[in-house]
Amino acid sequence: MSAEPLVADHAHDVSDHGHDPHATTTGLSHTKLAMWVFLGSECLLFGGLISTYLLYKTRGNGRTLPTDVFDIPFTSVSSFVLLMSSLTMVLALSAVSRGEDEAGRTWLLATALLGGIFVGGQVYEFTSFVREGVAFTTNPASSAFFTLTGFHGVHVSLGIVMLMSLFVASVKGKLTQRNAETVEIVGLYWHFVDIVWIFIFTVIYLIPAD
Amino acid sequence: MAITEKTPLELGPGDTARYAERPLGVFTRPQEGRGWRDWLSTVDHKRIGILYGASAMFFFLVGGVEALLIRLQLAAPEGSVLGADVYNQVYTMHGVTMVFLFIMPLAAAFANYFIPLQIGARDVAFPRLNALSYWIWLSGAIFLNTSWIVGGGGADCGWFCYSTNSGVAFSPSHGVDFYAIGLQILGIASLVSSVNLIVTCLNMRAPGMTLMRMPVLTWMLLITQFLLLFALPVITVALFLLMFDRLFDAQFFNPDAGADPLLWQHLFWIFGHPEVYIIILPAFGVVSEIIPTFSRKPLFGYEFMVFSGIAIGFMGWGVWAHHMFVSGMGPISVAAFSLSTMFIAVPTGVKVLNWLATMWGGKLRFTVAMKFAVATVAMFTIGGLSGVTHSVAPADTQQTDTYYIVAHFHYVIFGGGVLGLFAGLYFWWPKVWGHFLNERLGNWNFWIMLVGFNLTFGPMHILGLQGMSRRIDTYARGYGFEFWNMAATVGSLLIAVSVLIFMWNVVKSKRDAPHLPPPGPDPWDARSLEWSIPSPVPTHNFDTVPQVHGRDEWWHSKYAENDEGQVVRVATTEEAAQTGEATGVHLPSPSFWPLAVAVGLPLIGYGLIFNLWLALVGALLTIASLYSWAMEPVDDPDAAHDHHEEHHEAGDAEPDDEGDQP
Repeated sequence: MSAEPLVADHAHDVSDHGHDPHATTTGLSHTKLAMWVFLGSECLLFGGLISTYLLYKTRGNGRTLPTDVFDIPFTSVSSFVLLMSSLTMVLALSAVSRGEDEAGRTWLLATALLGGIFVGGQVYEFTSFVREGVAFTTNPASSAFFTLTGFHGVHVSLGIVMLMSLFVASVKGKLTQRNAETVEIVGLYWHFVDIVWIFIFTVIYLIPAD
Repeated sequence: MAITEKTPLELGPGDTARYAERPLGVFTRPQEGRGWRDWLSTVDHKRIGILYGASAMFFFLVGGVEALLIRLQLAAPEGSVLGADVYNQVYTMHGVTMVFLFIMPLAAAFANYFIPLQIGARDVAFPRLNALSYWIWLSGAIFLNTSWIVGGGGADCGWFCYSTNSGVAFSPSHGVDFYAIGLQILGIASLVSSVNLIVTCLNMRAPGMTLMRMPVLTWMLLITQFLLLFALPVITVALFLLMFDRLFDAQFFNPDAGADPLLWQHLFWIFGHPEVYIIILPAFGVVSEIIPTFSRKPLFGYEFMVFSGIAIGFMGWGVWAHHMFVSGMGPISVAAFSLSTMFIAVPTGVKVLNWLATMWGGKLRFTVAMKFAVATVAMFTIGGLSGVTHSVAPADTQQTDTYYIVAHFHYVIFGGGVLGLFAGLYFWWPKVWGHFLNERLGNWNFWIMLVGFNLTFGPMHILGLQGMSRRIDTYARGYGFEFWNMAATVGSLLIAVSVLIFMWNVVKSKRDAPHLPPPGPDPWDARSLEWSIPSPVPTHNFDTVPQVHGRDEWWHSKYAENDEGQVVRVATTEEAAQTGEATGVHLPSPSFWPLAVAVGLPLIGYGLIFNLWLALVGALLTIASLYSWAMEPVDDPDAAHDHHEEHHEAGDAEPDDEGDQP
């Protein structure tokens, strides 16, 4: 029986000696890496929902389709509002990591507010669609539409909850330059939700039905 | 304020824990100890692994009883043990229980216990999230099974629950609602666990432990976690659609409204096929640790093993529609999925050949663990070969929904997955508990299980090719089904006997342990880092974090090559192993909040089915617990660093961590 060569690759290991206990193998913090990994999973969630809508978008069962009642100018404005919230999110992170807590709070609040306007717009849109005869149970297309955009709306709402939690923490003095990374991680989530909306808006609202 | 857990294992020099002790003034922070309450609040990856394993074995018995009921019903023609309706529920719950409540959590037990040990870490990246995964899994498992009591029976739509069979019209009891919500809860558990373990594998490796030096078990478990990460959201979508259809009158699976029942099949199998690899890859990892150890050779073709595992992980996403060859999806789809299914046999074949080459010329020791491992390879190969026959679409058209399919997937899942994990139980038992499982009883366990397994599922190939349909509660005389059905029933009773022998072995080994010599750190002369520390593993795992220089690090600290190229022992186990006597190692503090979060979820589930107010209560409990969790520090300022000492009085508030570092 022959032994395998002893791998004694010390040259690679020198840098690892005496490592800082806070260091991680990749250099990313656990929490940030976890958020990236989780967002990878979220892609498949929205992938499944978008596929479902694409399959069903013309299946009206003889009743009104969501595409018949879309108000594209209105949704364009609320999409713009949501995209601008990514800008304020970046400004919030920038302020907190520079230690400007006051400005950080302002931008966090602004981000939450813009997100809130978007969710409010969605609520308005849903109620007006229902008035126009497209409810959740109308046909497969409407079920798929409300499920997809509803899931996205819930994601934005959870983001707002996180932003407001950060805001409260900052008021209590618990969110400082030291833990600016928490803002960055919430920001990752927030930007992801925005990017998903770009897909949804393009695929659902802008590409014509046939 | 997200639920962040920064550097849970160690505080740096000069760091102090900076938080209040009782976030809501409700609970006193629990301290690690030995009573049963400590199991409720534990965040130790080893204890959580044991919890997963013990609960999985319990549900193995539940699923096993369901299997025996199926076999008793089918033992003779025109059986009347179960009615048709109950039969539908029993085979559905048998499948769901064995997949989601037995084999996945048993694999999770191995992942929790051994990933940190094999990469030289003191715990997982997020200890409290780890506890959360377990408690959510358990709450989902209990929720799912309570449908027998409060839901008017179990789900009765088969484990893949095809629409339109799963609709209210054809399945009016609450069983399918429990299925839809229960699997969502279980999915949350697996998702949390997969994020946690991926971060652990990527971020917490000991110095020098590069990816290509990780033990193959850790590699296969890592690939499994990635499959879970991407497969679970797809079934989550499907389950949400089903739930919306059943509870809120959505139109996703109502063909009268123009819906397409194939949507469910696609979503289910995009999850369901990777799920097959989620089940089998951990067993592959276990076998890849055991065969080299008992052949006294390094694993043949380590890189090929790793990359074929990754290849299986990728290709597993491109074969799902081979479950749907008879659904009428068209010749191009059928041809494409036939080809991809044939191709996925290649990396699997690579693995089988590598295991054989590892044993070739080795100094083989046939312990019970090794017997189970070799049987895994052999039985999985049979199941793999019958799987390749399914990739031939015309043949599959004949075989679909017959017992040939049942035979195939039991050879893969039982012959591959279950035998593989039993190999792991025998192999790592001394590491976890500090005493061996009895080898003589283990031999009885092994041989009876192997014979019983083949007697149960071998004849199903024949029954299937003779045309016996699956999921039919009985059969008439005169089709030639009688003999082989009786044989399968006898076989299933043999499996039951072998499982009872295993249970007896667990009890007897524990009872005999004080009279036998302890196994020591490395009873099998093994190769990876978990064998370099005492058995059972001390709470803090490693006294000092190991420095890794190559693959099979532990083997090379015991053996080296002399000038003639002979392998010679350079250190005894006692010299090379750590003593486990380190004190003052800082460990993450226990917490009750994971359990509290998990209690809320089934309440939401019952609420959605029976009364929305209950869902509100559950949601408030979950949200309040999450916030309490977020405000609770990872490191309890009161916790004694030295867990060997008796703990401080609760509420003894002196947040002093300085000057107490190892």
